[in-house]
Amino acid sequence: MVQLNLPANSKVEKGQYYKDKTGSKNIRKVNIYRWDPSTNENPRLDTYEVDMDNCSSKVLDVLNKIKNEIDPSIAYRRSCAHGVCGSCAMNMNGKNGLACTKSHSELNGDIDIYPLPHLKVLKDLIGDLSTLYKQYESVEPWLKTSKVNDKENIQSKDDRAKLDGLYECIMCACCSTSCPSYWWNGEKYLGPAVLLQAYRWIIDSRDEDRKERLKKVADELKLYRCHTILNCTNACPKGLNPAKAIAEIKKMLATA
Amino acid sequence: MSAYKIIDHEYDVVVLGAGGSGLRAAVGLSEAGLKTACVSKVFPTRSHTSAAQGGISAALGNMGEDDWRWHMYDTVKGADWLGDQDSIEYLCKEAPAAVLELEKYGVPFSRTDDGKIYQRPFGGMTKNYGNETVQRTCAAADRTGHAILHTLYGQALKHNTEFFIEYFALDLIMKDGACKGIIAWNLNDGTIHRFKSHTTIIATGGYGKVYYSATSAHTCTGDGNAMALRAGLPLQDMEFVQFHPTGIYGHGTLISEGVRGEGGYLVNSKGERFMERYAPKAKDLASRDVVSRSIAVEINEGRGIGKEQDHVHLHIDHLDPKVIDERLPGISEASKLFANVDVTKEPIPVVPTVHYNMGGIPTNYKAEVLTLNGSEKTVPGLMAIGEAACVSVHGANRLGSNSLIDLVVFGRAAAKRAAELVKPGMKHDEIDKNETDRCLDRFDKLRNSEGSNPTSELRLSMQKTMQSKCAVFRTEKTLKEGVDEIRRPYDGMDSLSVKDKSLIFNTDLVETLEFDNLIRQAITTMDSAYHRKESRGAHAREDFPKRDDENYMQHTLSWCNGSKTKINYRPVHRSTLTNDVQYFPPQERVY
Repeated sequence: MVQLNLPANSKVEKGQYYKDKTGSKNIRKVNIYRWDPSTNENPRLDTYEVDMDNCSSKVLDVLNKIKNEIDPSIAYRRSCAHGVCGSCAMNMNGKNGLACTKSHSELNGDIDIYPLPHLKVLKDLIGDLSTLYKQYESVEPWLKTSKVNDKENIQSKDDRAKLDGLYECIMCACCSTSCPSYWWNGEKYLGPAVLLQAYRWIIDSRDEDRKERLKKVADELKLYRCHTILNCTNACPKGLNPAKAIAEIKKMLATA
Repeated sequence: MSAYKIIDHEYDVVVLGAGGSGLRAAVGLSEAGLKTACVSKVFPTRSHTSAAQGGISAALGNMGEDDWRWHMYDTVKGADWLGDQDSIEYLCKEAPAAVLELEKYGVPFSRTDDGKIYQRPFGGMTKNYGNETVQRTCAAADRTGHAILHTLYGQALKHNTEFFIEYFALDLIMKDGACKGIIAWNLNDGTIHRFKSHTTIIATGGYGKVYYSATSAHTCTGDGNAMALRAGLPLQDMEFVQFHPTGIYGHGTLISEGVRGEGGYLVNSKGERFMERYAPKAKDLASRDVVSRSIAVEINEGRGIGKEQDHVHLHIDHLDPKVIDERLPGISEASKLFANVDVTKEPIPVVPTVHYNMGGIPTNYKAEVLTLNGSEKTVPGLMAIGEAACVSVHGANRLGSNSLIDLVVFGRAAAKRAAELVKPGMKHDEIDKNETDRCLDRFDKLRNSEGSNPTSELRLSMQKTMQSKCAVFRTEKTLKEGVDEIRRPYDGMDSLSVKDKSLIFNTDLVETLEFDNLIRQAITTMDSAYHRKESRGAHAREDFPKRDDENYMQHTLSWCNGSKTKINYRPVHRSTLTNDVQYFPPQERVY
């Protein structure tokens, strides 16, 4: 057997405990992964007691409450606060999701918040998505058409409907970072988020580059590392089905 | 300040912001062969353009006869005659080509039966100069902004735009009244970057977060507006803040006007469709200021819904679930998530919520920034576009779906104008060391704040003051109180507390810099509102209920130095750009 050793500085240590100061009778413990790149310290898990009587319904509200009222140093991305920008993707009680749409009432026990799994952590809950963004760029996410007139492309309602379930992707990366295959081969396997985007352009009736697009993804590592584990579909906070998009690409290649 | 490591860059043009307008400009600049940097504090697809739902206006005429002149008339009227008609002409005339271009880029627009871009009715959009409702708003279901933003990001990638992502811009670099670039802080590694550029295009969006309840994202802090103020430039028409009639009660999430466009309607606690009383013709599709005021009156007169009688209901439960599923899937999802409402069965609880800033950095229709120095003057090297700019096409009140078209039309115009003014590879001026020092002094001072007032407390105090003193209805008394009160959080910065001193993703410091930006805009908004003693568009004064064309056919300009403001005015442009259309003189505004 191969001996696996994790580096010493990867061990998550017990962090600080912030006791409630409001005297609330309705306290919930929130454990948050912390790591500051400007120190040499190991990552730690800080615990905050939060007064739930004065907290709105989502996990992002809990985080904002902690940042505003208890510890302003905690770092996480957030923007739109209603599930369209994809900034606040993180791991909550073991499952990836958007903090702004996840109700804390759906989580049992203490709330455990970690960055998205298997990303290089930049600070606290902020993960490095640059690899995923480069992979996104590699599928050339723009319409390729030779038509040069000043009229719109005509697209039937049925052809347009083929983009439903695809164009809504907000690139939060919840799916890709829940995929064991992507954890293992993240540099080479494109992963569910990017393959869903690839399929969005492959299936667009206005695009004239379908063959080339298919050829480009038809690769042992880029595409076929998908082993239909379906964590991606389970994780998608927008209810999309990346696994199905990947299966469609495989089917198109098999029947081409 | 020498402690900070500074990395220098030289670009022909720097675009600050990567939302719809910034990306459209960046694409045009790259096409023109200009070396372009696009600097953004968030990854482009996280920008707030993604939250635009209902659509983008353009007189394509896909769903019945339409004419860009009718669109222009509607926009002039929607703006309550405060818009500059030369700019509005440009917007509406260029709109159809801009939308067709987006379609060519790949935007997944919804389609008509014959495969053309689907268009829906929207507030204030009419046929034949106000006569009947027209279908002018091009839609990708109810996720139009998201679809446009992602498509534009793809186009920018296609054109190899150089992005500087998660860089927080600190200040403009000025020299003899001209802009020479910007200074930004790289959140990823804590370094300071100085970008020299011949033209800087501010595309930083609105500043909705000065209010407590807004549909705006946390990141809508108007950073570019504040940079302009610190550079000694004025902001224009800041008193005009749009309250969207339908934000989800208690949470503020936007429910698109497209809902009413598709047949949704508002009711009060008596079950009355009250908009019939306020706007007999347009009803629920009157312009946003009118609908928001009507809701506020219903609530104030005791006909609100709920325990506190403080909201109204928006119904779409009478619509065919198939229509909802095809055209309004996003708002069904949002209603479920944030109001726990199944829209096919129950009404959505809604309340007017801060949504859009008509005011911003004054520009002409070519996106060049204006200031007042005796008369209107352009500021060399500086442009502004999108919600950050005040062109002014939206005047005192923006029509729904006119913001997305504003982004792409003026994003394109800015790129075109910059390509005329800047030639690739032109030599850069030396930058005065004082400019860098001034910027980094402020940065360093805020970073090392050791006082007792947390940023979050000052921000909350600012937001509560704006919410209570500068709301849908305003009076001399509330505004006077507001003018005094809004300076307290500013003064609170004397004893500011910033706990995190690090430089990598120090979001404590980011929020502090954002607050420093917000508070200056809050002050100019409050002061501008106090000085405008009339009612026009979104600025409704109970003590001056009439529009006063004699004294106020003028744009407010406000400078802000510390917490001191200077207010001045410049006349609204009373002519069109060409003879293709005649000037629309002010009329009574009824819907």
